[in-house]
Amino acid sequence: MKKNILILTLILFTGFVAKAQVKKGDVLIKNGTVLTITKGTLDNTDVLIKDGKISRIGKNLKAPNGVQEVDATGKFIMPGIIDAHSHIALSSVNEGTSQVTAEVNMGDVIDPFDVSIYRALAGGVTSTHALHGSANVIGGESETLKLRYGTSNPEELKFEDAPRTIKFALGENPTRGGRSRGIQPSSRMGVEAMLRNSFNDAIAYRSTWAAYKADKNPRKVAPEYDLRMETLVDILDGKVLVHCHSYRADEIYMLLKVFTDFGIKKLTFQHANEAYKVASELAEFGASASVFADWWAYKLEVYWSTAYNATILTRNGVLTSINSDSGELIRHLFHEAAKTQKYGDLSDDEALSLITLNPAKQLGIDNRVGSIEVGKDADIAIFEGHPLSVYAIPVMTFVDGVKYFDRANDIADQRIYVNPEESVENITIFNRLDEDRCMEEGVVSFEALFSNKK
Amino acid sequence: MKRIFQILIIALMVPLLSFGQEDDQVMKARAGKFALTNAKIYTVTNGIIENGTLIINNGIIEAVGANVRIPDDAEVIDCKGKEIYPGMIDSGTKVGLSEIGSIDVSQDFSESGALTPQMQALTAVNPNSAVIPVTRVSGVTTVWTTPSGGFLPGTAAAINLFGYTPDQMFAGAKGIIMNFPSTAGGGRFRRRSPEEQAKATERALKQVNDAWDKAELYAKIENSDDVRNYPEIEALVPVVKGEMKLFIEANAAKDILAVIDWVKSRGYKDVVITGVSEGWRVADEIAKSKLPVIAGPIQAIPTRGSDKYDAAYANPGIMSAAGVKVALRTGDTENVRNLPYHAGFAASYGMGREEALKAITINAAEILGVSNSIGSIEVGKKANVFISTGDPFETATKITDLFIDGYKVPMTSQQIRLFDEFLDRTPGVKKNDPALKIIKK
Repeated sequence: MKKNILILTLILFTGFVAKAQVKKGDVLIKNGTVLTITKGTLDNTDVLIKDGKISRIGKNLKAPNGVQEVDATGKFIMPGIIDAHSHIALSSVNEGTSQVTAEVNMGDVIDPFDVSIYRALAGGVTSTHALHGSANVIGGESETLKLRYGTSNPEELKFEDAPRTIKFALGENPTRGGRSRGIQPSSRMGVEAMLRNSFNDAIAYRSTWAAYKADKNPRKVAPEYDLRMETLVDILDGKVLVHCHSYRADEIYMLLKVFTDFGIKKLTFQHANEAYKVASELAEFGASASVFADWWAYKLEVYWSTAYNATILTRNGVLTSINSDSGELIRHLFHEAAKTQKYGDLSDDEALSLITLNPAKQLGIDNRVGSIEVGKDADIAIFEGHPLSVYAIPVMTFVDGVKYFDRANDIADQRIYVNPEESVENITIFNRLDEDRCMEEGVVSFEALFSNKK
Repeated sequence: MKRIFQILIIALMVPLLSFGQEDDQVMKARAGKFALTNAKIYTVTNGIIENGTLIINNGIIEAVGANVRIPDDAEVIDCKGKEIYPGMIDSGTKVGLSEIGSIDVSQDFSESGALTPQMQALTAVNPNSAVIPVTRVSGVTTVWTTPSGGFLPGTAAAINLFGYTPDQMFAGAKGIIMNFPSTAGGGRFRRRSPEEQAKATERALKQVNDAWDKAELYAKIENSDDVRNYPEIEALVPVVKGEMKLFIEANAAKDILAVIDWVKSRGYKDVVITGVSEGWRVADEIAKSKLPVIAGPIQAIPTRGSDKYDAAYANPGIMSAAGVKVALRTGDTENVRNLPYHAGFAASYGMGREEALKAITINAAEILGVSNSIGSIEVGKKANVFISTGDPFETATKITDLFIDGYKVPMTSQQIRLFDEFLDRTPGVKKNDPALKIIKK
C-alpha cells in the first residue's frame, strides 16, 4: 500500500511534465553477426547508434569522437525482443468489478520498481505489452512499454506514441465470473451478446454526441460524458487496437463475425491456443495471433492445443507472435520462438520474427522497433551463441542505445526498491502453476490486494 | 449362390475398409528384434561410439558397439547422420496423475490429510493420459511421478511412458515423499512474521518427528502378534529399515541445512533432497553430507528479489561442481517434454553438456534407484532409447524413433495428429466470405 502511495506521489509530481525525458545513447557495436530480420543476416558487421537511433549498419565503421565501442566479435546482434503479452511492471492487473471496464488504463498502474523488468532485459527483451487481465469481456486499455529499468518515474517506461490498445476476453475466464454470480455472461452465448450490446450502446452514444454537436440551438444541453463509451467509440473508429484473450476456435470465429458486423478491423487474438483450427478464417479477416510456444492442458479450453499452432498460423498467412504472459517465460522468449523449428520447421527469420517484427506490427510500433534498420530505435540485444540455440546466452541489452543489461558487469541485487518493512527478505519458491498466466490474473490480483504483496 | 454373393460383397468392401484404415490409422507399438545402425551412440556410461550399432531384442539392449554383427532376422533402422541416446528421465513430475490443470476431478496427486505416505501414486497413474504420448515423442521415456501436499503425501513411482496398465508402466522403483517444514515465506497468501514462521515450523517439525518416532517403533515391533493396522506408519517402515528411499523436499538454504541435520540425527541411509532451489547457497554443505539432489525446474525465477537473475539456471552447475550428485526435474505435468531444455539451460549456465546429460539419464536412474535397468546404453539394460537428428538439448532437434521397454513406440500424439489435420484444413475458408469481410458502408 505504501508503495502504491509512493508511486502515486511520483505520478503526481511527474504529471506536470507532459512527456518524460528519456535517456538516449550513442554506441558503436563492432563486428557482430547482425540478424536484421528484414534484410537478412550480415556477418562481421557494425551497428552505429546515435542519439538512441540506429544511424548506420556496415563494415569497418569508425566510432565518432567520444562514442563508446562494444566488441561483438563472435556474437549475434538482434532487435530487442518484444513481448506482446505481459503483466510485469504493473501494480494491478484486473479491474473485475464490471464485465465492461473500458474506462480503466494500465498506464495508471505502471510499477517501475518491479525487478522482473531487469530479469526480462537479461533475456534480451526491450518492450512489453502491459496488458489488463482477462476477468471481464471488455477490460481496460493496456500500455506498451520500453524496459527503461532504473527510473522511479513510471512515465519513462511508456513507449512514446505507441498506439492505444485494449484487452478483451472470451471463454472460461469472463464466463466464470458470470457463472459464480449468476449474471451475464455465464456462457459463450452471453459473451457475444455482451459485445454486441456494448458496441450498440457505443453507437447510440456516438450518435447522441453527434446530434448534440450538430444542434444549432444555443440552449442545447450536453449529453453525459462517459469515458467507458468514449473508449468503445474509439474502438469503433479504429483508434484502438483490440487484443483479445481467447482459446477456442469457435469463440475466435465468433469475434471475427462480431467485428465484421461492427466494421472493426484491428484485432489480435491473445493465447489463441485453437487459432490453428480457424487459421484460414483469421487470414481472410486479416486478424493476427499472439500465442504460447507450447503451453496447454492447464484448463479445459486449452486441452486440444498443439505446439504446432504458430507454424500452422504462419503457414496459413496469419501474422503471428509468441508471447510469455509470465515473468519467467519472458526471460527466454528466444528459446520459445526456437520451438517452432522443432514443431514445424520455421526458418530462422520466421522464428525470430515471432518475437520481434511480428509483435511490433501487432502493437503498431513496427515503424520504430522490431528489426535492425537505419532510422529505427536502437533497441538491441546481443547474444553469445545464436539466439535460437538452447545454448544462447543474452549478454547485453540496449534500449534507445542505452545499455540496461550487461552480463559481464551484472551484480546480484538489481532491486531499486526494497520494502523497508521487510526485515528478512522473503523467499518465494517458484512454482510454474503460480505463474501470472491470464487464467490466474483475477485470483492473483485479488490476493495481492489483501496480502500487501507487490 | 447366396454364399458366393456374400463373398463377392465382402470382396468389394475390402478396398473400402482398407481405405478407411488408411484415413484413420491405428498405430500400435511393436516388439521385436531391431538393429539400429550407423549411429553416433551416446552411451553416457561408456563414452560415445561413432558409427555404432545397437541391437534390441526381447525388450533388452542385446549388443552395442562399433563392430556388432547384425542378426539376419533383425529389422534394420539406418541411423546415418543421427544420434542415439538413452531415454531421458524426469525426476519430478505429475505425469499420469493430472490431466487438466483447472479441473480438480482430473487430478489425483493429493489426498486428504497431512500424513498419508501409504498413498500410491502408481495406483492413480492413467496409462491413457493424452499427456503421455505428447511427452514421450520428445524423448522422455521415464518419469518420477509424485504425490504432493501435506508432510508425507504418499509414495512416488518411476514409470516408463508406455504401457496399458500401471504395472506395465512401472519402472521398478518407489519412494516416500516428504515435505520438510518450510521456513520460506508465506507464499502467495499471507506473509508471516519471522516469529510466526519459526513457531509454525517448530510445530510442523514436531508432527513430522512424531510420525517417524512411531515408524521406528513400528519397525521394532512389527513382527509381534498384536500390532494393530496402522497403514500410514507401516508405509514408513521400509525407509527406517533402509529398504526404500526417502525424498525430502526442501528449497530455502536454511531448510536444506535443516534437512541435512535431520537426516543425520535420524540416521536414515537412503535419502534424496528434492527441489533445492537455493542449493547453490549451501552447495559445499550438501556435498559434505553426501546426499544426492533432484533439482528443478531450471527454467525458474530466483527465490529472492536480490538474487542474480540466472540463479535458477546456474544452481545445478554450482552444486555439481561442488561434488553433489545432481538429477534434474521439470516439476511439470503437460510440458515434461521440455526436460531437455531445462537440461540445456543448466548446461549453458555452468553445468556443461556432459554433466547435464547425466543429470537426466544415469544420475537420475541412480538417484531414483532404477540404474540396474535404465539410464544408460549398456548391454543387458532395458531398451529405453531414442534416435534423434542431433543434440537432443538443442531446440530444433527432432526425435525420429523411440523405444520404450524394447517396444518401438509410434511417433504420434494428440498434438501431432492435430497438426496433420489442420495444417492445410479441408474444407478451408470461402474466399471473400461476407461473414468475414468488412464492407465499407
